[in-house]
Amino acid sequence: MRYGYLAPLAAIAVVGCANTTSAEGPSSASASAPKAEKVSINENPYPSTYKPYPGQPTAIRNVTIFDGEGGQIDNGVVFFTDGKITAVGDANTPIPADIMVLDGTGKFVTPGIIDIHSHLGDYPSPGVAAHSDGNEATSPVTADVWAEHSVWPQDPGFSRALANGGVTSLQILPGSANLFGGRSVTLKNVPARTMQAMKFPGAPYGLKMACGENPKRVYGSRNQKPASRMGNLAVNRQTWARAAEYKARWDEYERKGGTPPARDIGMDTLKAALEGKIQIHNHCYRADEMAIVIDMAKEFGYKVSTFHHAVESYKIADLLRENNICSAVWADWWGFKMESYDGIPENAAIIQNANACTIIHSDDQDQIQRLNQEAAKALGDGRRMGFNISDATAIRWLTYNPAMAMGIADKTGSLKPGKMADVVLWNANPLSVYARPEKVWVDGALLYDANDPKRRPVSDFELGQPGEGDTK
Amino acid sequence: MMRSLLSLSVAAAALLASPVLAQTVAITGGKVVIGDGSAPIEGGTVVLRDGKVIAAGSGVAVPAGAQVVDATGKWVTPGLFAGFSRLGLVEVEAVNETNDSSASRGEFSAAIDVTPAINPKVSAVAVNRAAGITRAVVAPIAPAAIFAGMGAVIDLGDDYNAVTKGRAFQFVELGETGSAKAGGSRASAFLEFRNALIEARALANGQRGVPAHPHDALLNRQDAAALVPVVNGEMRLLVHVERAADILNVLKLREEFPALKLVLAGVSEGWLVANQIAAAGVPVIASALNDLPSEFEKTAATQSNIGRMKRAGVTVSIGMINDNDAHRLHYSPQYAGNLVALQRIPGASGLTWDQAFAAISSGPAQALGIDAMLGSLKPGRQGDVVIWDGDPLELSSAPVAVMIDGVQQPLDNRQARLRDRYRTPQEGALPKAYDR
Repeated sequence: MRYGYLAPLAAIAVVGCANTTSAEGPSSASASAPKAEKVSINENPYPSTYKPYPGQPTAIRNVTIFDGEGGQIDNGVVFFTDGKITAVGDANTPIPADIMVLDGTGKFVTPGIIDIHSHLGDYPSPGVAAHSDGNEATSPVTADVWAEHSVWPQDPGFSRALANGGVTSLQILPGSANLFGGRSVTLKNVPARTMQAMKFPGAPYGLKMACGENPKRVYGSRNQKPASRMGNLAVNRQTWARAAEYKARWDEYERKGGTPPARDIGMDTLKAALEGKIQIHNHCYRADEMAIVIDMAKEFGYKVSTFHHAVESYKIADLLRENNICSAVWADWWGFKMESYDGIPENAAIIQNANACTIIHSDDQDQIQRLNQEAAKALGDGRRMGFNISDATAIRWLTYNPAMAMGIADKTGSLKPGKMADVVLWNANPLSVYARPEKVWVDGALLYDANDPKRRPVSDFELGQPGEGDTK
Repeated sequence: MMRSLLSLSVAAAALLASPVLAQTVAITGGKVVIGDGSAPIEGGTVVLRDGKVIAAGSGVAVPAGAQVVDATGKWVTPGLFAGFSRLGLVEVEAVNETNDSSASRGEFSAAIDVTPAINPKVSAVAVNRAAGITRAVVAPIAPAAIFAGMGAVIDLGDDYNAVTKGRAFQFVELGETGSAKAGGSRASAFLEFRNALIEARALANGQRGVPAHPHDALLNRQDAAALVPVVNGEMRLLVHVERAADILNVLKLREEFPALKLVLAGVSEGWLVANQIAAAGVPVIASALNDLPSEFEKTAATQSNIGRMKRAGVTVSIGMINDNDAHRLHYSPQYAGNLVALQRIPGASGLTWDQAFAAISSGPAQALGIDAMLGSLKPGRQGDVVIWDGDPLELSSAPVAVMIDGVQQPLDNRQARLRDRYRTPQEGALPKAYDR
């Protein structure tokens, strides 16, 4: 009971009530009405205010296209207008006469890069203690915290990810100190005054969970539970059991009415996860622990979207495919902690070769600037062991696959008509070390242009500092 | 292509089968990179004898009786030189028992010599060897003092003789880290530095019959003694510093200690004071791709830093300072390649391919004054040679053969064994534990 999830942590907040009687004051409503109005949990209390910036209808022709879903078109045409992809095809694709046409000879187009694992804004630069907002390391279960409430939009890291990495969408996750780290948020990589103005419209939330060393170290070192992997599982299972009870109480209330259950902010998140409305992103390095989590998910009836930092996915790629779980991995990180000891650079390729969902992620303010290069290394290592993996498939690791795992693949992540015009024009094959983004569009708005210093975002933090507005 | 691969592997097997010292090896037909900043040579030849480079370039004759390695279609380069690392000191970073990079609870600082901590058999040595790294600068992490101790230059050979040069330099922190180690201010860090060198000088003088090491000395005798060659200019002083103002203050230390042989490491804001660094003639081992104000001392960080310093005439090479420096030194060619890519970004400053490769081969050797021995394929250098299946800076490339001191090296390692075991993740007739 230490975690207190069944205790009424907050007052019974009646929010998001659909048909509030506007004539009555907020306090008189409950005081005067013996039959309480039906309450419901507001699932979107911090709504996105993001609006695409203006762009002009643009076509790129004579360009090599990686469509994000594993397709490649040589000498192709990409055409977008009103913030959406209009057409993608070969050289015969019609282009209206009156729009801007870019010659892409020798260049490449991909969908905007998506990083499924970032802490930008939560652990921003400069990394001073006053900015350390990524781990609510005060309890192993903090499902109640939301990463978006820590996002500092002025983190200069966002602009580097855009300009050097072509990143147009990213998921900001809480850290991994806790078993239940809290809610993630998906952002469009647009400079903004507020977090809400970066928030990806309609993206589902994620729930960050963590296996292994971190939770047991953080709490075990304080002589708290969990101090072991079995402790991790015990707390996880107890928490899910409580979440199931919480959900059952709300479901019963939905059916029968009566007194609404006490609101629990953390349990709201877990209830939504059990309902499949929130994607579960589970930091988990070791193969054996992933297998246990897969069973735990079955025990409590939820679905793991993605194992993050899954350095041992290569050992159980078949199991991951059977359970339809993505692996978000680095190309070649290993050896920094015991559970990363068996990391190998062929991890992504072996996962891909087993036809399991493969994603390259960063978890890093630097590598988010070159996810394309990380994919290229993983691709090269796969080919060297004899696997036949296409360039276009490697690009999928950074685009369509993370979009699927984040629940936004219907909106972005590939160059298909009707999708958001999140587009990167690279000055060479993005799988080459010599390639850089030349232009980056977010919803059809040109937000980075290597040839135009005025299309280079400079955060408030950088204004008036040495190097302001520099190429970075 | 198949033919050259075959001949290469046959030759490699032959090299492995016999001790190579006193043997002459000619590597022919490859695209030869000398590593000194000159352009690659198509169809060049590299001749090694007794573990050293005899000749490299075009028009080099194959000596009679030489073992010939056909490298047609391949690149032939000097082994890569990690300009800053903790290689050999760490098996698993977060497992304290296997991490000898720092002794925060020890009694000593400047006197620490990393040599006895270097384990040539850590997994990272074999992994990085297979990636083409043949030498590395190894620096300790500063304990509870600004002086970290004496670093070494090592080779990554598959033997127990890793140390090429022990006590190669003293390493000191004089930026944000130095400030923290010195109690919380840069003023204190610089005072700690000055005091240490003054005490070392007194000790040195005492040994010549002038007043002995005073009783109120802050440094213990070992630490003071370790700094004597530094203050005398007999040992290089590698200074980790990032902020432009800190860089200038370090350069000024030579006013009081004129013999100091400074080398700067990190130097993210070097481009702001590049002319002063160049004028001081102090070489720099710089972080290649820092471009974020990850600390306030890196506010002006940009990937153009190295290119701009190079243009200003600074002797600059690449090191991975506090950047995956125990395990992933194989990032250095990727970093170098990124600097080449910058040349095509308007307003950015990068390096030419030739400069970029030199920054990860001869550059670090030059910074440490050992480039007559290491870092390139110029005659007389140790026979550290890597044969690559493509452009060594490109992400898709990998070594097909690595020689250190002329000795062909195994490219196998723990990661490769795991890869082979799990090429097909499912078990076969027996559990995976029997699959090796």
